[in-house]
Amino acid sequence: MAARAEVDFKTRLQNWLPKLVLSPSLALILVFVYGFIFFTVYVSFTDSRILPFVDRSGQPTYTLIGFTNYEKLFSLSHWEIALTNMAVFAGLYIVVCTAIGLMLAIFLDQKIRGEGMLRPLYLYPMALSFIVTGTAWKWFLDPGIGIENIVQSWGWAGFSFDWIKNRDFAIYTVVIAAVWQTSGFVMAMFLAGLRGIDNEILKAAQMDGASNWNLYRRIIIPQLRPAFLSAFVILAHLAIKTFDLVIAMTGGGPGRATELPATFMYSYTFSRNQMGIGAASAVIMLMTIAAIMVPYLYAELREKK
Amino acid sequence: MAGATQDTAIRTGRITRTFIYLVLLLFALFYMLPLYVMLVNSVKPLSEITGGGMMSLPQVWTVEPWIKAWSTAQIGVQPTGLSPYFWNSISMVVPAVAISTILGALNGYVLTKWRFKYDTILFGLMLFACFIPFQIVLIPMAAVLGFLGIAGTTGGLVLVHVVYGLGFTTLYFRNYYAVFPTELVRAAQIDGAGFFQIFWRILLPSSGPIAVVSIIWQFTNIWNDFLFGASFASGDGAPMTVALNNLVQSSTGVKEYNVHFAGAILAALPTLLVYIVAGRYFVRGLMAGSVKG
Repeated sequence: MAARAEVDFKTRLQNWLPKLVLSPSLALILVFVYGFIFFTVYVSFTDSRILPFVDRSGQPTYTLIGFTNYEKLFSLSHWEIALTNMAVFAGLYIVVCTAIGLMLAIFLDQKIRGEGMLRPLYLYPMALSFIVTGTAWKWFLDPGIGIENIVQSWGWAGFSFDWIKNRDFAIYTVVIAAVWQTSGFVMAMFLAGLRGIDNEILKAAQMDGASNWNLYRRIIIPQLRPAFLSAFVILAHLAIKTFDLVIAMTGGGPGRATELPATFMYSYTFSRNQMGIGAASAVIMLMTIAAIMVPYLYAELREKK
Repeated sequence: MAGATQDTAIRTGRITRTFIYLVLLLFALFYMLPLYVMLVNSVKPLSEITGGGMMSLPQVWTVEPWIKAWSTAQIGVQPTGLSPYFWNSISMVVPAVAISTILGALNGYVLTKWRFKYDTILFGLMLFACFIPFQIVLIPMAAVLGFLGIAGTTGGLVLVHVVYGLGFTTLYFRNYYAVFPTELVRAAQIDGAGFFQIFWRILLPSSGPIAVVSIIWQFTNIWNDFLFGASFASGDGAPMTVALNNLVQSSTGVKEYNVHFAGAILAALPTLLVYIVAGRYFVRGLMAGSVKG
């Protein structure tokens, strides 16, 4: 009898063990991700101004105030600037990265001598911190010591390139640095896609007299659809998360010219004591990313089943 | 992924090829440019940089900026150089990478070899956690770290990085173990091997490639993190990226560009080294893990 009970216990333990092993991670994610999301959403509906959740006069408060924070948020010109910059930045960043990545991948795929040397050169920026990248670009683009000064010292006295100090153009310098950092990675994604295409189809089409241009336009690029989709999803989510690069390059300036939602949220929450508005902006960021990621992940996970 | 290493069958003429090589070379120069600027200006006296010589090789070579960046530069209020922050980052990265990789391996094992009802939904929840903008967790995280008394400490940052790295490590191991033959696991089970025995004896020995991917990924992300470091540990416990930013943004005194560049390279060195030493295993391991999708 005793022996049977022991066996029973052992098998039962074996049955429960997998779930037991998974549960700490699951608990962490449920609390620190989903619990925290819920909490931030809650804060965004309260009049809390600074941690630990007190109002202007220092009294603890969790008073619900409806959508007031969201109304305030969307009436702020600061937030409007952040959103406009986001649209400009994300649009250019995604399009330019994809174009450069695709071009380099196609070029590298032409039996290039030295491909083994070029590929790591294109990819290494991904290993660097945005703060490092930002520092390098910040001083290289600085009109005082960087490219403007260099070209002038080469003899072209009238040359001017002060984008990073110019309100109307500063956001484009952030695009340049961001493209520099990730376009090599996009290249690698497209190259993997290109290497997976069946050569037999191409040879058959060549026999039929198709030109290289048509081969790429009609056969190869359409087959890269999954790579395009992954590249878009990854770049879009990186764009919305962009924070360090702006902090390192421009600090959001000159003025507010390079403010993005991520830097907006940070400054409203931690330096301006407007936590409710900061939380509301974080919720908007999350919803934007969710709108892109959820359908993508859903499709990916369903396919695999 | 069949024939993953084949080149295209496209034939190109001589002029086209010359053009292609030219473009590829130009882009190589573009990608090298910032690294060149950092390296060459970190071994130059300041006067050469401000005198318009940012692109030229140093006339006088000096390691002074490196020494200053490492040990005497002003970070915040103290002239400690970047070295204490470098060690902060090391003592944050090592445990965080180790813990998140081990948990990821176990999760991947359970999710592929011990499947149960709703496991895909649970995995989906973990996966979505990888992509959230971290701004959404900053406020409650600051409160919780304060409540636990580990705000501003390396331990606090380790916790943060383990939690928000779990999704990725689980994803890597799950995809890798998904193509590992389940029959082997079932056979071992029939022979009486238990849950951990199977993991330890059968799956772990062949997990090298994906462990490399997970470790490189986590190492790079955690070392390069700025948002969590700046939010939760901006004082003495700050990681390297936050300290570098303090050094570069400091508004007091003369801007010592050469010291900034030396500091930037110091902050980039660990991840660059990992990339140079193990970068190709990363790509290879990723390929092995993504055969199925």
